[in-house]
Amino acid sequence: MDLTLFTIQLLNGLQLGLLLFLVASGLTLVFGILDFVNLAHASLYMLGAFICASFTLWLGNFVWGVLLALPVTALVGLVVERVVARPLYARDHLDQVLATFGLILVIDTAAQLIWGPAGIAVPLPDWLEGQVQIGAVTLPSFRLLIIGAGLMAAAGLFWLVNYTRLGMLIRAGASNRTMVSALGIDIQSLFALVFALGATLAGLAGMLIAPITEASIGMGNSVIITAFVVIIVGGIGSMKGAFIAALMIGLIDTLGRSFLDDIFKLVMSTEAAETSAPAISAMLIYIIMAAVLAFKPSGLFPPKVR
Amino acid sequence: MARKILTVAVLAALAVLPPVFYLTGNAFYLDLATRLVILGIAAVSLNLILGFGGMISFGHAAFVGLGAYAVGIPAYHWLYYTAGDWAVSGLAQIPIAVAVTALFALLTGLICLRTRGVYFIMITMAFAQMVYYLIVSIEEYGGDDGLVIDTRSQLPFLDLDDPLQLYGLAYVSLLVAMGLVAMIVKSRFGMVIQGAKGNDERMRTLGFNTYAYRLTAYVISGAMCGYAGALLGNFTTFISPEMMDWTRSGELMFMVILGGAGTVLGPVLGATVFIVLEEVLSSITIHWHLPFGLMLIAVVLFVRGGLMGLFAVLFGGRK
Amino acid sequence: MTVLEVTGLNKSFGGIKATDDLTLTLEPGELHAVIGPNGAGKTTLISQLCGLQFPDTGAIRFLGRDITRMTPHRRARMGMARSFQITSLIMDMSVEDNVALAVQARAGTSFRFIRPARRIASLREPARAMLDRVGLLDKADHPTVALSHGEHRRMEIAIALATQARLMLLDEPMAGLGGEDAAEMVALLRSIKGDRTILLIEHDMDAVFALADRISVLVYGHIIATGAPDEIRANAAVQQAYLGED
Ligand SMILES: Nc1ncnc2c1ncn2[C@@H]1O[C@H](COP(=O)(O)OP(=O)(O)O)[C@@H](O)[C@H]1O
Ligand SMILES: [Mg+2]
Repeated sequence: MDLTLFTIQLLNGLQLGLLLFLVASGLTLVFGILDFVNLAHASLYMLGAFICASFTLWLGNFVWGVLLALPVTALVGLVVERVVARPLYARDHLDQVLATFGLILVIDTAAQLIWGPAGIAVPLPDWLEGQVQIGAVTLPSFRLLIIGAGLMAAAGLFWLVNYTRLGMLIRAGASNRTMVSALGIDIQSLFALVFALGATLAGLAGMLIAPITEASIGMGNSVIITAFVVIIVGGIGSMKGAFIAALMIGLIDTLGRSFLDDIFKLVMSTEAAETSAPAISAMLIYIIMAAVLAFKPSGLFPPKVR
Repeated sequence: MARKILTVAVLAALAVLPPVFYLTGNAFYLDLATRLVILGIAAVSLNLILGFGGMISFGHAAFVGLGAYAVGIPAYHWLYYTAGDWAVSGLAQIPIAVAVTALFALLTGLICLRTRGVYFIMITMAFAQMVYYLIVSIEEYGGDDGLVIDTRSQLPFLDLDDPLQLYGLAYVSLLVAMGLVAMIVKSRFGMVIQGAKGNDERMRTLGFNTYAYRLTAYVISGAMCGYAGALLGNFTTFISPEMMDWTRSGELMFMVILGGAGTVLGPVLGATVFIVLEEVLSSITIHWHLPFGLMLIAVVLFVRGGLMGLFAVLFGGRK
Repeated sequence: MTVLEVTGLNKSFGGIKATDDLTLTLEPGELHAVIGPNGAGKTTLISQLCGLQFPDTGAIRFLGRDITRMTPHRRARMGMARSFQITSLIMDMSVEDNVALAVQARAGTSFRFIRPARRIASLREPARAMLDRVGLLDKADHPTVALSHGEHRRMEIAIALATQARLMLLDEPMAGLGGEDAAEMVALLRSIKGDRTILLIEHDMDAVFALADRISVLVYGHIIATGAPDEIRANAAVQQAYLGED
């Protein structure tokens, strides 16, 4: 196996894992604390990408684009929370799933009306377009930026949840809603804030991926399923679980797609390996999920009390 | 009583109107009705576990898709390789479709049904997506691009190339599916799955192995959807992974909820309204997903119990 | 033969010992009451006996068989029934359907798909007889959710009875019942007594001392005394730990 290629794919897997974490952390936060299943989380990911694309094209600078797009995405999150999510908190998960499914259709079509049916490419500034040489390995600098930004967001989130007053409220709100309201804290604002935070995280993931894939309608639809796999494997509601599972799924998926045929060739004919490897690697993360759930039906790190 | 009249009226309309349209030169409406009736079968099957069993499966499109591929793949081998004539016989294809989907339901159900609540929703969705990616990755069968079915299922006494006969088969199948579900939910088995929906712990302490009952219901539902898929493949003569996309599963769920979960007629009404609306809205604007999505949200927020619930409010009758 | 034999049962939730080296036997036909303050671990004990929870260590033998790790439905089929402290019924079904399901549970496999269950006399008649016994026959067709709390408590008993179980585990059947309802429940329990072996958990001391053959006192998950009602009343440790508070 080629070591250079392996390193590159390892970093690609890490990058995918971190992007997945950004999406999954919002999903698991919103579910863990608000007990709300939000399929339209994927649409917020897409909106983040489009909003960032617009700002970037307008200002001619990707970094400014991201910095402006983040609060706008948070604002969209607040509106979604107020209009669609809040009336559904008291409903069962089925209602939530269906309504947010409808919301996806609405947001996707609205995005199409605003930005047109074709995707929008997001240009990067020159200093991000280049390559970085690390030992024998050449890497696109933007990918390193994604990894860095993803790690920083993850660290920030851990700090927020574990060491701040807001984080304390979030953790208390998850286990005891009445206690939080008895403390005189407006639980509605807390919920809105958590929802907006989740939206921003998903939006950030969309913004970071946009320069690579471009912003396009429906770009969130496959991500959301993988994010579901992540939070199922990690344990729904667990931030730590989401982080570990996201990296695991990101790495397994990326490495599986590039190296599974090589591994298969060790034990079967070249032809058999080449036909079966793509199919198996496409299913790999689902097989992992099934295996985890067969032994731990509530994921690797189920939150203590639910 | 009111409900019986509604059922008879809907089924009579479905029996008479589409063929009449067809014979008077409006073939398009028969097409629409065929699709509606086939998806109605899928919705009726989903309702067995969703409405009566409380198992919120978000992956039922996979069963439909697998059923369709169980027709398409043998037909493909018959055309391009040396598969015998059995490969285009409906008498082989349909049992294969049912068996494959039942097996898939059994294997995934063993794992899915260990989980509860939102885990179940997500894991059924994920398994469906797994099948989706599996089919996409098999280039032999067209991958992303899908597969054209050159030859429809060959059946004794029936020619599925004749739209009327195909519709007849789909319609009768719908009646059978509704009858089956009605029979199952009233039976001892049906009482158990409904009891487990209401209070699983209670049922287990009474002595019911609810896991086994649920799994059985899940397999029956999956196999029925597989049958619907075989019909759908024959109808569209073009199959692709897109049939199994998770949004398709969402649409099936919506049909059930729109019509009224836990009623025998509800899913058929839901499928009817869904397909007709889709048709009408998409003829008005290409952006029909927007009003459609808004309507979906409104139905969830404001119409509890779906159309059957609304009907009960207006005309009386239980539920 | 001893009906139920519990030895050295332990169960912890995090730091809390809900069951602490608990040993208990039930003889055929006896009504054995378990009393103890709130949080003593009474419900947790019943849950381990019926299989909804598993102990950390210890053994449970039922009718001579080790059932410590057996699933709830298999224990139930061996002849064990429980009622719940917090009413646990199938709320969206009718009263009669609830009880008929209990009858059905004892009537062989339910993997039967053809005959409508509501037309099977061998399920419906015993169910109606049981409803008659607890005074709910006139409510048979009502949706369960529409009944009062007192009626729900009686349904719980009807369901336990309908399973024909040899051992009934009753978790505070009088919880939340006042005056007349409570008296009716005592009369009902008295009418069952002797036919079945009963483990009764109850807070109402008058009821316990009136009904029980033997009483065990549970404090912090451990049984501190077992004996006939008079012995328990006279027991100094019990008075100090529990009865004295009243
Ligand atoms: N599922 C659980 N998780 C954590 N603690 C529990 C759980 N169930 C019971 N407990 C604790 O175990 C102790 C015994 O509870 P329980 O059996 O309900 O008492 P009782 O029925 O005697 O009032 C209590 O301290 C209770 O808080
Ligand atoms: Mg208790």
